[in-house]
Amino acid sequence: MRAVKQALLYLLLGAMALLMLLPVLYAVSVSFMAPHEIDSFPPKLVPSGLYLANYAQVLRSVPVARYLLNSLLIAGGVTLGQIITAALAAYAFAFMNWRGKGLLFGLFMSTMMVPWEVTLIPNYLTIRSLRLVDSFPGLMLPFLATAFGVFLLRQFFLQIPKEMEDAARIDGCGRFRFLWSIVLPLSRPGMITLGAYTFLATWNQYLWPLLLTNTPQMRTVQIGIRFLMNEESRQYGVVMAGVVLFMIPAMLMLLVGQRYLVRGLMAGAVKG
Amino acid sequence: MKEAALEQQQIRVAPVATTTRRLTWLEPVLYLSPSLILLSIFVFYPTLRSIYLSLYLTNPLGKPKLFVGLQHFLSALTSGAFLHSLWVSLLFVLYTVPVGMLIALTLALLANQKLKGVKLFQLIFSSPLSISVATGSTIFLMMYNPMSGIINHFLSLAGIRPVHWLTDPAWALFAVGLVSIWMRLGFNFVLMLSGLQNVPAELYDAARVDGAGSWPVIRHVTLPMLSPTLFFAAVVGVIHGLQIFGEIDILTGGGPAEATNVVVFQIYQEAFQKFEFGAASAQALILFAVILALTFLQFKLGERRVHYQ
Repeated sequence: MRAVKQALLYLLLGAMALLMLLPVLYAVSVSFMAPHEIDSFPPKLVPSGLYLANYAQVLRSVPVARYLLNSLLIAGGVTLGQIITAALAAYAFAFMNWRGKGLLFGLFMSTMMVPWEVTLIPNYLTIRSLRLVDSFPGLMLPFLATAFGVFLLRQFFLQIPKEMEDAARIDGCGRFRFLWSIVLPLSRPGMITLGAYTFLATWNQYLWPLLLTNTPQMRTVQIGIRFLMNEESRQYGVVMAGVVLFMIPAMLMLLVGQRYLVRGLMAGAVKG
Repeated sequence: MKEAALEQQQIRVAPVATTTRRLTWLEPVLYLSPSLILLSIFVFYPTLRSIYLSLYLTNPLGKPKLFVGLQHFLSALTSGAFLHSLWVSLLFVLYTVPVGMLIALTLALLANQKLKGVKLFQLIFSSPLSISVATGSTIFLMMYNPMSGIINHFLSLAGIRPVHWLTDPAWALFAVGLVSIWMRLGFNFVLMLSGLQNVPAELYDAARVDGAGSWPVIRHVTLPMLSPTLFFAAVVGVIHGLQIFGEIDILTGGGPAEATNVVVFQIYQEAFQKFEFGAASAQALILFAVILALTFLQFKLGERRVHYQ
């Protein structure tokens, strides 16, 4: 009976997995189909061969490498910026005391409550007045600080025993050196978690790059995908080739950093 | 002897650098300033500026020109377009949040077994995490094609006539909802699985010892222990659902006949196509209030039902 139950479970799991992967698998499939196969009726599910011209076409007509580079620089820059600003602020909240500290922390946390739609318009107007539209700073600046990051890192920093700080002080270790040499290395999982989460979130940003990029040179991967349909005039094969190419980095990220991504998402979610 | 030693342990070591009291705030300020400055410019100031802009008629460049008080708020709440978009968003949340959670929970229950190769299934079920809004929407845009799309093709095999998923006002919101559910499955699955794995095994053992079958175990052990996770998924799901934009932009552009014109898309059109920054700011603030209200409501409703350890 156990074997039957197991077999049934595998069958169910397999069916669900197939359903879930169907869109992606189909996209890959179409990317390798020749135009006549795509237009055939009824629609084909699997290409008869590996038609590579779609990929050649998309690499020719769309600055794929440029989009990838843009997204990489922006996501990387924002991630680095967030880790730096959040680590510094979290260090202050975790290891220092001053009057009004609780209030200030509350103020920080309150920024997480404000939905981005409320800050969107003024931020756009600010960036525009600074003539930073269509530029890397414009795309990155509003996101370099994060209350979420401060919250997350503070949790990690608070786990460092007081005795360690005291011992370091006695040994003459200054504030910054303590942060750099002891706190940060010990909190590496926390920083990687924040980094993985922030990188993916920034990579997937849609509305902000849509508003801020006017020239194809500055477009990010997401906006590149959005305009693929327009540029390729509904040649699904080419569009899917572009989509697949742009999906690969994110999938790699998931494969490599799944543990940290998951932890980042769960931060503060489930008790225990 | 012992007392002296204990006393020594309790004495706090004085800081090496004893600055005067006037300067003890200098150090925190230094460390906090990058975050503080950035948050001030890009969160605090914009929030206040939004409130300010919402009270004015603005020119297309965003400069406030004429004070109109609560006019924008009144017209948003009584006009057709914004009110309709609120309704569309609420409908969207209703379509996608419960179903998404249910599917994710089912997947998590299935994948939370001691089975060889189950980790692979867990990876597959969390894979939508790597699908961005643009990617997922573009793929579905292709699949939803009434003539050449595979969804209609599969339906035709069952004898169902082709559905105009994205151009039929009756189906459009549902179609977009399906895409959203699929894209959120990764996150929801990981959340549910995490919650399931936090249920202590002893509870399950105790239940089995008492002779409970599978379904009663789920009802009386799993679900109550999972309720904080379910609650979190619901709250976060609603907040997310009220803020979707990319799917609409790619799949339907707000149509057909405003059937998928969700709130954020409406705000986007108001601000960046009609250049009515004042009115759009008011609408964004109303959305803020709606999110707060719904979240508060959920907390009130969940207080009694959620079982905390």
